[in-house]
Amino acid sequence: MNITLGHYLTLGAILFALSVTGIFLNRKNIIVILMAIELMLLAVNMNFVAFSHYLNDIQGQVFVFFILTVAAAESAIGLAILVLLFRNRSTIHVDELNTLKG
Amino acid sequence: MDPQAVLFYVFSAILLFAAFRVITVSNPVHAALFLVLSFFQASGIWMLLEAEFLSITLVLVYVGAVMVLFLFVVMMLDVDLESLRKGFWRNFHLAATLGAVVALELTAVLMGGFRLSQPAQVPGASAVTGVPNTQALGIALYTEFLYPLELAAVILLVAIIAAIALTLRKRKDSKFQDPSEQIRVQPKDRMRLVKMKSVVAEASSPAEVAPTQEKK
Repeated sequence: MNITLGHYLTLGAILFALSVTGIFLNRKNIIVILMAIELMLLAVNMNFVAFSHYLNDIQGQVFVFFILTVAAAESAIGLAILVLLFRNRSTIHVDELNTLKG
Repeated sequence: MDPQAVLFYVFSAILLFAAFRVITVSNPVHAALFLVLSFFQASGIWMLLEAEFLSITLVLVYVGAVMVLFLFVVMMLDVDLESLRKGFWRNFHLAATLGAVVALELTAVLMGGFRLSQPAQVPGASAVTGVPNTQALGIALYTEFLYPLELAAVILLVAIIAAIALTLRKRKDSKFQDPSEQIRVQPKDRMRLVKMKSVVAEASSPAEVAPTQEKK
């Protein structure tokens, strides 16, 4: 039996649902939340690449390229902020990071 | 079943298992390593989709750079794992419900269509055909998407500067030269002349000669 576009989209959907679950499971741990965001982006990229293949259009892959760029920048800055936060507060517990709360 | 289908199912099974372990494992180092595994499987799946360039890029950029960054950060932070794990099962019902809702929504969309099995020719598709994937991507990037490519480069530059500026800190115990201060120094900063009476009537100890003082 042939692998259809639906197979790839289903895989992306399961991956996305898993990472949404992961964000809510690990609400205390910023590191795992960042990893779950990376997984979400991977699921979205999977859909883009699958559509690009089955519709025979290179633009989907160009978009994946840009998503990879932005995701790399995002995780670099996110981790820098995380390191800074840990240096100042000695915790990455999400509930204790409420300095900006009025 | 043709080998492509077998490969797809193997890659997908390992990918989903690794993703599941990423969100459930207690040690963040293990989570990062499982994330590396899932990126490798995704790269294999993209290879099946004939997106060779992006597949290699995923391994190089994600596994080579981003995940190593994650690992370094996880190992640098001295995280109290027990306190982070405390609310894990309390959140489980909410998380499972939301995950099921998202999965159902996506299923509803998927069931509505998407049964394309053969690559279809779309009128609006790019004109590049018959060239390798990397070349086609390069042609598209450097002609049609040149301006977004430049913007992406600027975003990366901003990310570099921001990450360095955020985490840069001066060491207090390091010794270094400050040339401008060395040039601006005056004789009176280095040495202080103290006028004293040479001889006092009583016999005092000779150690009271004022020492020349070094000042920074």
